[in-house]
Amino acid sequence: MVNQKKNIKGTLISILCILVFMAAVAVLENLNLWVPASSLPKWLKPTSMLFTVLKKGAVYSLIAVSLNLLNGFTGLFSLGHAGFMLLGAYTYAILCTPSSVKDTVYYKYNGSSVNFSMQEFYQSFLGNETLSMILGVVTTMILAGLVAALFAFLIGLPVLRLKSDYLAIATLGFAEIVRALFQWEAPFWGRITNGANMIKGFPKFSDFNIENADGKVVFYMSTLFPFIVAAVCIAVMVLIIKSTYGRAFRAIRDDEIAAEAMGINLAKHKMMSFCTSAFFAGIGGVLYAMYSTTVQAKPFTSALTYELLLIVVIGGIGSVSGSCISSFLFVACSEWWLRFLDKETVIGGFKVPLLRDGFRMVVFSVVIMIIVLFFRKGIMGDKELPEVAGKIKNRIFRNGKKSKGEAEK
Amino acid sequence: MEFIASILMSGISLGGQYALIAIGYTMVYGILRLINFAHGDVFMVAGMVLIYMVASVPWYISIPLAIIATILLGFVIERAAYLPLRSAPRMSVMISAIGVSYLLQNLMTYITAGQPMYYPDIPFLSDTVPVFGTETQWAKLITPVIVIVLIVALTQLINHTKIGMAMRAVSKDFETSRLMGIKINKVISVTFIIGSALAAVGSVLYFTNFSVIVPTSGALPGLRAFVAAVFGGIGSVPGAVVGAFVIGICESIIRGTSFATFSDAFTFALLIIILVVKPTGLFGEKITDKV
Repeated sequence: MVNQKKNIKGTLISILCILVFMAAVAVLENLNLWVPASSLPKWLKPTSMLFTVLKKGAVYSLIAVSLNLLNGFTGLFSLGHAGFMLLGAYTYAILCTPSSVKDTVYYKYNGSSVNFSMQEFYQSFLGNETLSMILGVVTTMILAGLVAALFAFLIGLPVLRLKSDYLAIATLGFAEIVRALFQWEAPFWGRITNGANMIKGFPKFSDFNIENADGKVVFYMSTLFPFIVAAVCIAVMVLIIKSTYGRAFRAIRDDEIAAEAMGINLAKHKMMSFCTSAFFAGIGGVLYAMYSTTVQAKPFTSALTYELLLIVVIGGIGSVSGSCISSFLFVACSEWWLRFLDKETVIGGFKVPLLRDGFRMVVFSVVIMIIVLFFRKGIMGDKELPEVAGKIKNRIFRNGKKSKGEAEK
Repeated sequence: MEFIASILMSGISLGGQYALIAIGYTMVYGILRLINFAHGDVFMVAGMVLIYMVASVPWYISIPLAIIATILLGFVIERAAYLPLRSAPRMSVMISAIGVSYLLQNLMTYITAGQPMYYPDIPFLSDTVPVFGTETQWAKLITPVIVIVLIVALTQLINHTKIGMAMRAVSKDFETSRLMGIKINKVISVTFIIGSALAAVGSVLYFTNFSVIVPTSGALPGLRAFVAAVFGGIGSVPGAVVGAFVIGICESIIRGTSFATFSDAFTFALLIIILVVKPTGLFGEKITDKV
């Protein structure tokens, strides 16, 4: 009973923390509307790296949590996430690019076979442009997730029977097959996927800024939007993890044979975890497409999956909050904080050796190797933020000789 | 006829080059049960090292030097990245291998400053000869010969020397062979040395066909060679060689048709089919999991 109460308290606190954090993001982004530009520090300007990092971090944290659901909570070591992301991103790009733009984008194939877009579909009977865009994007997001989940189901039928590294390599192969498929230049197929060329023109993060009648932005939403989507999706995943299904997943991870003996249907639960993970990876792919503003099969290589896997490992395999924290750290380090390593620097006439283009990534990968080798538990281990925070609080209170009240409870 | 001959010839030489990489995968897997994701990148580094060597010393010195450098790299990777994780779960070691692959690619991007590197023309290997009415490179012709010689030597080493016997023992049962007094770490190091040396030879033969190398050049050949190893039955050297030739020939046939985009997709589809139908591959031994 006590335990449950504490859980509710912890949940409430974490929800509150997330809301406060998102509010802070919204305020930071809109500061330049309310405060004169000259008084703002450089890192708060709308073009600052800070917002790029926040956007990409939110996108990555959604995908990392979905990968963690599979790798960390179900113990299915899958390397096919780039493939699911690609499916999501392409579904979004094909269904949400306005038909007026499509002719120029698909010029090599004389226009697209999919000559409508979700927004236009909604607008035809709703009329309101903003509302139909939001509805169109949200519907397509869910569709994108479903497409990814459908493919996960199809590939999961044969592949999920495999164990550990065989599963990893089979899913990696699946991702590569999907990527090859989307680079196919056949005329009928190219009219849908635009071959190996990029698709662009679909709504991106900046299209969610609220504008007044003159087209002037009155409220920036471009950073907040990925946060809202990611928060909702991660919340759903947390609920799944906390449910009986989540417990079954963890039982499978810890001991397959014991789990089966306890009456857990292995095939069913593995498939469920695989499809759920793919579903959210598909939505993550949509966000990734919005972030990069163009869609092309090229970046969805196994290197992308490896990056995500390393994020999960750094955060702690089996910790949702760890995955989120490490996504932001990873993106911030690789895109922003370590940038100084890429510039040739001269301090007092002495040229610092080694510093030049690409050195940032070398340092970064050495740090990753150190974490992988010596801090195998990652930032959070398999614990969640409220748990860790509670422990730290206890320790502080104990040091201050105030632990009596805690102990009596 | 000429077309078929040229496709077959390039397929066989490609297969031979994959075989040299695949042996590295299959031996490491046989002993450590580890998919060494960094092996493809070691292969790439071997090519890069040769490029830098040829710039300063003649090719007949730089090729052996590049092979030695690759061996050192393989040895260091094993000692630094896999040895500390010997008692860790298998997945941690695999993640470490992925980390090494990431590190090697970033390191090479840094060293080459992101520029594609021009692969040098090696006298003799890059020269063309007319065969069956088509022009081909000497590298393609002598690849199968080199592969066969190396594999015969390797099987002799595995079957008739003390270290080979130790390798076989370790791959049968890791713990028991340790109890029997086999120095596990030495055996594993030797495995990595052999794998890297073969990959270095393979890289000389493989990259001669290409004009440039970039830091990601090793990833795909590495994966294809890995598929070959799985196809032949991972852990088995003859299996890896047969698998590599099958994959190489299939790849060059597909590249000759209008479905060239799908050559890799075909390779991976083959992988999934093999894993589902016969996970032990053509020559693999059945591994039973103990509870």
